[in-house]
Amino acid sequence: MTVVDEIGHIPRAACPACNAAPAAIWAASGPRPGPDARIMLSLPLAHCAACISTVEAALQAVPGVRTARVNLTQKRASIEAAADVTPAQLIAVLAVQGHEAHELDPGLLSTTETDRQGHELLMRLGVAFFAMMNIMLLSVAVWSGASDATRDLFHWISATIALPTVIFAGQPFFRSAWASLRAGRLGMDVPISLALILASTISVFETWMSGHHAYFDAAVMLAFFLLLGRYLDHRTRAIARSAAEELAALEVPRATVLLADGHEEERAITAITVGDTVLVRPGGRMPVDGVVINGASEVDRSLLTGESLPVQAGIGTVVSAGEVNLTGPLTLRVTAAGKDSSLHRMADLVAVAEGAKTRYTSLADRAASLYSPLVHLLSFSAFGYWMWATAGDLRYAINISAAVLIITCPCALGLAVPAVITSASGRLFRKGLLIKHGTALERLAEVDRVIFDKTGTLTLGVPEVTDLAAHPVQAVAVATALAAGSSHPLARALSEGARLAGVQPAPVTDICEEPGQGISGQWQGMSVRLGRADWCGATALPVTATYLRLGDTQTHAFAFTDRPRPGGLAAVQALQAAGLQVELLSGDTAAPVRDLAQRLGITQWQAGVMPAEKAARVAALTAAGHKVLMVGDGLNDTAALAAAHVSISPATALDAARVASDIVLLGQDMAPVADAVRIGRQSARRMVENFLISGAYNIVAVPLALIGLATPLAAALAMSLSSITVSLNAMRLK
Amino acid sequence: MEILSILIPVSLFLGGVGLVAFFWAMRTRQFDDPAGDAARILTKDWDDRPKPP
Repeated sequence: MTVVDEIGHIPRAACPACNAAPAAIWAASGPRPGPDARIMLSLPLAHCAACISTVEAALQAVPGVRTARVNLTQKRASIEAAADVTPAQLIAVLAVQGHEAHELDPGLLSTTETDRQGHELLMRLGVAFFAMMNIMLLSVAVWSGASDATRDLFHWISATIALPTVIFAGQPFFRSAWASLRAGRLGMDVPISLALILASTISVFETWMSGHHAYFDAAVMLAFFLLLGRYLDHRTRAIARSAAEELAALEVPRATVLLADGHEEERAITAITVGDTVLVRPGGRMPVDGVVINGASEVDRSLLTGESLPVQAGIGTVVSAGEVNLTGPLTLRVTAAGKDSSLHRMADLVAVAEGAKTRYTSLADRAASLYSPLVHLLSFSAFGYWMWATAGDLRYAINISAAVLIITCPCALGLAVPAVITSASGRLFRKGLLIKHGTALERLAEVDRVIFDKTGTLTLGVPEVTDLAAHPVQAVAVATALAAGSSHPLARALSEGARLAGVQPAPVTDICEEPGQGISGQWQGMSVRLGRADWCGATALPVTATYLRLGDTQTHAFAFTDRPRPGGLAAVQALQAAGLQVELLSGDTAAPVRDLAQRLGITQWQAGVMPAEKAARVAALTAAGHKVLMVGDGLNDTAALAAAHVSISPATALDAARVASDIVLLGQDMAPVADAVRIGRQSARRMVENFLISGAYNIVAVPLALIGLATPLAAALAMSLSSITVSLNAMRLK
Repeated sequence: MEILSILIPVSLFLGGVGLVAFFWAMRTRQFDDPAGDAARILTKDWDDRPKPP
């Protein structure tokens, strides 16, 4: 698909005169007060200080640009410019500097721009950290023997710092605890909130009574470590979400509408209605469902059906949104647009399947559902026992039950999963994999079957000529000369193959392209043609091929295969070595599927599979107790992607397929898929280890607390040690 | 022990300065692009004079 996409980007910057015109006006009139336009550009290749300087300098040199700032973390540039500055103009300027840039839809990105929730959490984290450090300083003095008035003074100072901090920093926990209580559940946040409130009130009371133990440091430390876990969790999600939004924002949805007076107008897809006439240029993707009313071409349906052979399209052909127009311009009458188009209907199906997926209970949820009742039970029974044993000493009993709550409080538990996920998704991001879903890693660890799609997934969807050497050099030279005049993917592949083989094009004259048929010309007094089999009078081969006719009788067939994606073999072998069964399901015809399966060592393959059959196969395997990893890119895979236990799609996939999948493969290489499974298994193991570690600390500390031997020092030690051990364990991931 | 009456306010004040600095950094969005800020220090663009506002 990449070749076709690239063609699609070129025409916008094609007219230098248009780009120069606004500049001339601007120079004449000086800076105009006008509405500023905000333009967002994606800079996928920006990576260093020099990139920032060149991009910002180049953008700022464009007349009309007020400010330009590169964000290297998000690999984006945001530009404020006069309304007449177009993104295409800026992209062209950056292309001259050697920087690839794509337009982003700022409307879709607004939510990540001001990440309020993240800022809020970070603010609370900072406050908790400040309070923790100051109170710890005072507490160390108390632990090392400050007594009487000094101890009370220190406790009072701690209280004045701790109480506002707990009220401010604890809000996220109080809010979610209240929400879960109202829903009648005992979430993880209920014991946390209870511990925070109980520890603070008890400590104030003890300070008032000039008691020995105050738990201000424990309360604040608890808030700090839990907020840290929460912030890590939030950041992983925010990064994934902003990247996913960026992928969506890359496809700025516009179409060229032909007006009744013959003029063309660029319009947003949402503004197109049924009955409009839309022009689709070669290389462009169909923006709507429609019927061809003018023009002849070939369309690539591989994203919708998985077929690798282009289909001929002429007047009366029905096309659906998402197909790619290959050779000639097509004029469509719109039959369905926007929400009604087939592309959108498929996306709706995906949304339904998505809903089913969120029912997966994560490891953390399962731990919480076990943990919170246990904690409450322990704390209450300690209270009851000591009430009975001390014959009604309320102060002592409450003190003990608070100590139990504080010590069992899931500090390490709150960090156990987020720390592992942060570490793992960072590692996977560097390998070119983007985790979109928080529980994707855990689900990946459980997978025992892998299903691959062929076209666009294990192959690049880019043809490659296979049998150039089997033809006489002269025929190849003529074919090369003809192919040079066309942008059809097969013609381009032929030119590329000939160039690599060192064949010089023959002197062919009168080259002329017949849209949807092929290219004709004159060579040594004979008419020559390159194109479809029936047009060249050749017999069609069962594989993807283009045909050459020399004169009236002689024909040659050039066969093509879909270029395999690099790393496919490595990925399949690594997955099989990891004990997973690999399957290949494709909508394509049998011959190319068998060929690829043999090359990759996949024994189980099936060709000509309908989209519903793919989903059915996934459902059947799931019903048989298997956990399926689906890797696919097309619209025909979306249902299967959504139905699978976990799914991966390449970044070149259709929007709907990317939405349906949990992990997006950013690069071309397929090999990281095997890494993802390995890291997924590793991180699930780390999560369990982390739960065990925090459990082990509790097993030591809880009995101490229950028999009334836990001091604030013991609580602080258990809490910080277990949190640090858990974080370090998470970072061991490789 | 009288020294405590100076030391404790001083330590709280210094901690408070740190907290205010953190708030200021948050408000002025200085944590938005850590990778970019790390790289920007290496550019020679405004070495001779400060960037005009």
